Amino acid sequence: MKLELRNITKKFGTLVANDNISLVLKPGEIHSLLGENGAGKSTLMNVLYGLLQPDSGEILLDDKAVKFNGPGDAMAAGIGMVHQHFMLIPVFTVAENVVLGHEPTSKLGALDVGAARKLVLEISDRFGFQIDPDAKIQDLPVGAQQRVEIIKALARNAKILVLDEPTAVLTPQETDELMEIMRGLAKSGTSIIFITHKLREVQQVADSITVIRQGKVVASPSPKASASELASLMVGREVDLDVKRKPAKLGGESLVIQDLTVLDDRNHQMVDGVSFKVQDGEVLAIAGVQGNGQTELAEAILGIRKVHSGSIVVSNKDVTKSTVREVLEAGLGYIPEDRKKDGLVGDFSIAENLMLDGSFTKPFAKGIQIDFPKRDEIAEDLIERFDIRTPSAETLAKQLSGGNQQKVVVARELGRDLKVLVASQPTRGVDVGSIEFIHEQIIAARDAGKAVLIISTELDEVLALADRIAVMYRGKIVGIVDAKTSREKLGKMMAGIAA
Amino acid sequence: MSKIEVTPGMFSQVELKPSLKASIVMAVAGLIVLLGFGVFGKPGDITYVWSDKREFVQLPSYVVNSMLFCTIIGVILLALAGLAFMLNRRSKVTPMWLIIIFGFLAIMALLGWLATGASQGVQMVFILSNTLVLAIPLILGGMAGIMSERVGVVNIAIEGQLLTGAFVSSVVGTTTGNLYIGMIAAMIAAGLLSMILASLAIKYLVDQVIIGVLLNVLVIGVTNFLHSAWVDKDRQHLNFPGTFDKIAIPFLSDIPVVGQVLFNNRITVYLMFIIVPVLWYVLFKTKLGLRARSVGEHPLAADTVGINVAKTRFWWVTIGGMIAGLGGAALTIGNVGSFGREMSGGQGFIALAVVILGRWQPIYVMLSALLFGFTIILRVWANQVSPGVPFDFIVMVPYLVTLVAVAGFAGKVRAPAASGQPYVKG
Repeated sequence: MKLELRNITKKFGTLVANDNISLVLKPGEIHSLLGENGAGKSTLMNVLYGLLQPDSGEILLDDKAVKFNGPGDAMAAGIGMVHQHFMLIPVFTVAENVVLGHEPTSKLGALDVGAARKLVLEISDRFGFQIDPDAKIQDLPVGAQQRVEIIKALARNAKILVLDEPTAVLTPQETDELMEIMRGLAKSGTSIIFITHKLREVQQVADSITVIRQGKVVASPSPKASASELASLMVGREVDLDVKRKPAKLGGESLVIQDLTVLDDRNHQMVDGVSFKVQDGEVLAIAGVQGNGQTELAEAILGIRKVHSGSIVVSNKDVTKSTVREVLEAGLGYIPEDRKKDGLVGDFSIAENLMLDGSFTKPFAKGIQIDFPKRDEIAEDLIERFDIRTPSAETLAKQLSGGNQQKVVVARELGRDLKVLVASQPTRGVDVGSIEFIHEQIIAARDAGKAVLIISTELDEVLALADRIAVMYRGKIVGIVDAKTSREKLGKMMAGIAA
Repeated sequence: MSKIEVTPGMFSQVELKPSLKASIVMAVAGLIVLLGFGVFGKPGDITYVWSDKREFVQLPSYVVNSMLFCTIIGVILLALAGLAFMLNRRSKVTPMWLIIIFGFLAIMALLGWLATGASQGVQMVFILSNTLVLAIPLILGGMAGIMSERVGVVNIAIEGQLLTGAFVSSVVGTTTGNLYIGMIAAMIAAGLLSMILASLAIKYLVDQVIIGVLLNVLVIGVTNFLHSAWVDKDRQHLNFPGTFDKIAIPFLSDIPVVGQVLFNNRITVYLMFIIVPVLWYVLFKTKLGLRARSVGEHPLAADTVGINVAKTRFWWVTIGGMIAGLGGAALTIGNVGSFGREMSGGQGFIALAVVILGRWQPIYVMLSALLFGFTIILRVWANQVSPGVPFDFIVMVPYLVTLVAVAGFAGKVRAPAASGQPYVKG
């Protein structure tokens, strides 16, 4: 099926998320929609999928104008979507998720579970997915969940498949497999819109490319364009993602993790006998696909998740059983993976967010009161030093862009006198300019002799920052290797194959 | 194409020993029965009366020595507690059948101890049938709770829905002279009340708990006002509906014990018999239920497959409210025969607890509600047969039983993920 988006404009208040965007998707084509976070890709796709109504412009399918009042209409017209955050119900089975909304029924209006199972198996076999239709979603690894999403779309006879940042949660190998699946689907006539900000994948798989920047189509480069060409189109200027760094000057061991085991809420051993040391003046990066225990590891170090066994020592102080405040006072700074959930209070001002971890002590507190002039002085200083683009220190944190929100978190953590910095996904959902800045700050902390632990699922980020790389898989450290290790080898380690 | 591993459970699971709560509570209960009711119990005989005098088939009454009987039961209970403890130590969860047998024996011992020496004995039919009748508002209120929480709306207003149903059924039943019209009016009125809850919660995104509390206060105020300012001035013509006639189901009602308890009841009880299994079937076996549950678990996911979240929530909450209205009617024209001020007396709130105890599953919720219905009748009955017993103690015991049941469920209870969360598009 041929899809054409013609002059789509979508505004949220004064923000123009999509500004007169047009693109054409040919039958059986893989069309890559390339753009930074916040460029308007997701908005455009939500318009296509009927979740949002455009302010102007039209959608044409096979040259006929159509109007989608909801996802139901879009699906009926043959459009399927695999969302970045999976739209699966964790407590339902695969089959139930696949048929939800168009359930086969037998007598008495009963759900025909047999038919649903058959449908899943049929599609799963056709594309070699190997999915158990009776497995509960919450028990499946992320890669399998993504295949369920694809089955879900194909079960509705989708002719056009939209994949929204599908590789964010996958290992390099799983990513390659997904590329294979995409090519197979395209060959069988399905048109694919592939949304991403990863240049390598675009070059690998796209038949055509549309680059979006700040809500506008800026170019439709050839798939043969070089990575740096694509990057500068996407960002709008020359980009240099290589961080300048001096050789490491190593000091004492300020973060020592010994045989650490941490359980999740259902008693799974999410961190399983992990040991490593981080020395002052080096960056140890934990690489690995999301959901292999990194979150639990970070939470255990900070003390918000209980340690099952093993020990954590921060600058020679055993903090295994310490409260969060004791860990912070031992000299640990923490950048959480989800700034909106764990890093900031959205309805607090920037000045208030900058004092969150110091509200009980000097310089922010004076007796039982907050020292407001001092607080504002410190806020102004940090806003200046960390290049936080905001109208004022009184602006609410939720009104900032993702990149500036993250800079607030980074400023708060690095603004204190630290011994150890633990940064989880420090640049997730952040624009390229802010990525460059945050990376510089992290390296500056390292050069100033702090022990830095980075936890990142982005291999590019790991390679840019790390002095040594530890790869985590299913709760265990597969190996700790030098930062010069090849991408291929790291990819294998991320799939659990020891070095 | 390469193979993809999809083994469930990527991470090894640590087997923590199941909590010993259940076995400890069971051991304490067993000791109370053994020592309190048995060894240091009351001398005399217990008569377990299994048949009503009017019944066609008469079962013989059983007479046992109180202290001996309770001692034996106490020993059995301790043995069961020991068995539960052993299972726990071997990392097994206390099985349901064990809890049910334990609960049944403990209750029989309690009833026997209370009725030791009493001439009328333990009237099983009386106790069981009243348990059922008194539990109807709780059961139906619980169904209303399930229906709204399963689609993601917290319904604190069950109390108000029960009270509305009670008031309207009584007044309409009296004025029209037809109790069925009264019953239907109760359902409509409570349904309308639920529509207020549903539209404020779904369309205007007002905090669901706050609306629920406000609606309860509103209904209490309005019914109290109407009761004293209007209804009570002419009770004969406004608040004297009487009750539905009992319908004995042919043949089934002749079965000993069971027949009298289950098959000689008012229409409200029979409607409950239909509503509970139908709701279970719809929730878990039909596409309607699958869609409803998806809305309560992950509304955005439901929306992206074309399910209308707002509409689903609205109608499930409203129909749930109608069922609660029927529960209210069961209070008046299904049992007492007239409306009294605030006569729901917190049962709407107990229904909320019952929903949690019953894990948002209609059959379990019904069973939990019956347990609470039993506590109500026990209070009344114990006072008759055994006036000397401390009242507070009797009231407490069934909750102990509840505690055992909850301990057995522990760790499995999980509310629908999106319960209480408004859904905003975009």
